[in-house]
Amino acid sequence: MKRRIIIFLLIFISFILQCTVLPSISIASIRPNILIMLTASFGLMRGKREGMFVGFLSGLLIDIFSPNVFGFHTLIHTYIGYMNGFCYRIFYDDDIKMPVLLIAASDFAYGILIYGFQFLLRGRIDLFFYIKRIIIPEVIYTMLVTILCYRFLLALNRKLGKAEQRSVNSFV
Amino acid sequence: MKKKLNDSSKSKYLLVAITIFCCVMIVLSLTVDMAAAPLKYVSGYLITPIQRGLNQAGGWLSDKSIYFQNSTDIAARNEVLQEKVDVLTAENNQLLQDKEELDRLRDLLELDSQYDEYEKTGARVIAKDSGNWFNVFTIDKGSLDGIQVDNNVLAGSGLVGIVTSVGPKWATVRAICDDLSNVSAMVSSTMDTCIIAGDLRLIDEGKINLVKLTDEEDKVMVGDKVVTSNVSNRFLPGILIGYISELGMDSNNLTKSGYITPVVDFRHLQEVLVIKELKEVKGAQEALDSEAETEAEMKIETETGSETTESADE
Repeated sequence: MKRRIIIFLLIFISFILQCTVLPSISIASIRPNILIMLTASFGLMRGKREGMFVGFLSGLLIDIFSPNVFGFHTLIHTYIGYMNGFCYRIFYDDDIKMPVLLIAASDFAYGILIYGFQFLLRGRIDLFFYIKRIIIPEVIYTMLVTILCYRFLLALNRKLGKAEQRSVNSFV
Repeated sequence: MKKKLNDSSKSKYLLVAITIFCCVMIVLSLTVDMAAAPLKYVSGYLITPIQRGLNQAGGWLSDKSIYFQNSTDIAARNEVLQEKVDVLTAENNQLLQDKEELDRLRDLLELDSQYDEYEKTGARVIAKDSGNWFNVFTIDKGSLDGIQVDNNVLAGSGLVGIVTSVGPKWATVRAICDDLSNVSAMVSSTMDTCIIAGDLRLIDEGKINLVKLTDEEDKVMVGDKVVTSNVSNRFLPGILIGYISELGMDSNNLTKSGYITPVVDFRHLQEVLVIKELKEVKGAQEALDSEAETEAEMKIETETGSETTESADE
């Protein structure tokens, strides 16, 4: 229960940062996507269910505040969380290369999906422009932020795990 | 059958459920206008106050960075600005005189000056869209302050965008440079209509597409002023959008297209003005629809008529 509340707060704070503070630290008007980072890293650290849960909530928040089609971001984020959950088995605590790569891949896939459904379908066929101008810079910036923030997420996850262990033990 | 589901298949079912939920919501929001309205209403109460506070933090950050960048050339700029103030003061006096004359002439013509008389309210930009793809932002005023969907939004001297959804204390605005935005506009000198279509690719260059300009007399020139048209059904007429920066003939030899430079700086929007009036075309729209229907009926009639004559010829 405590874990749920903390994760909910984390998503909430990330979303608000994404919309308010991050635009002012954007480089070439590109800002990192910390909601994808959160979704992918929870999928990786905690498995499919947790990733799906985080993805669903963060996607829902995005959808609520975007005037475009409702449900689109929820769907993408849920699947990104779920897919990252497949790598739960091969996840090691100390290794930072794999989470960074996975988050980058997730962000890239997210960009391609947005382009495909919201731009390509309206006849914007200039795929390479969008990859060069938006998707790749966003991926790089997100990777950078991941390297800075991942330790914190990992520590949080470990702490929560320990707290849960303790409470389980106290019942026994 | 009573066997407990294991964790993996449980999450699989959950995934399917969420997928179905999202698909239903997507279809609903494409067909019905306000499918997610209650959700938006509730969460808006929760999130916008925090966004408002944090946005000030963000503003402070960017203010500081600008401060450090520019403190060196502020003195030089101050001098230039002082000169500009003098010039503008002189110009303003001239304009005030002209305005008095204009008012007098307008009275004679019984026209009201349109632009100043719309009831406006100022609002602060408190949040941007979450991704890098769209140019949508949230402002800190909503239906309690009299803002409605389809209200026009201005900043400084020009059109910024249009309100797309409204909560009690917040509203989201789609900027005219957004990829999904289309504004019916006209060239103010010749009254030729065109469409101003936003494009993500042009945002870096500070331009917006101008398409479908009908300029039969070939009088529109680069540098001409583009304003919202009087035939638009959502934008009030005569609001300045920008100036034509490039113009060329389309391959169909009927219409022209090019680029305009908007007068608003979309990157650094802080405060905007919302016009609280809607363009009242509801009745007109119905009239148009019914007209179109009768036209269609007439067409069908004539078509069937011609068919009968053809068959008679055969």
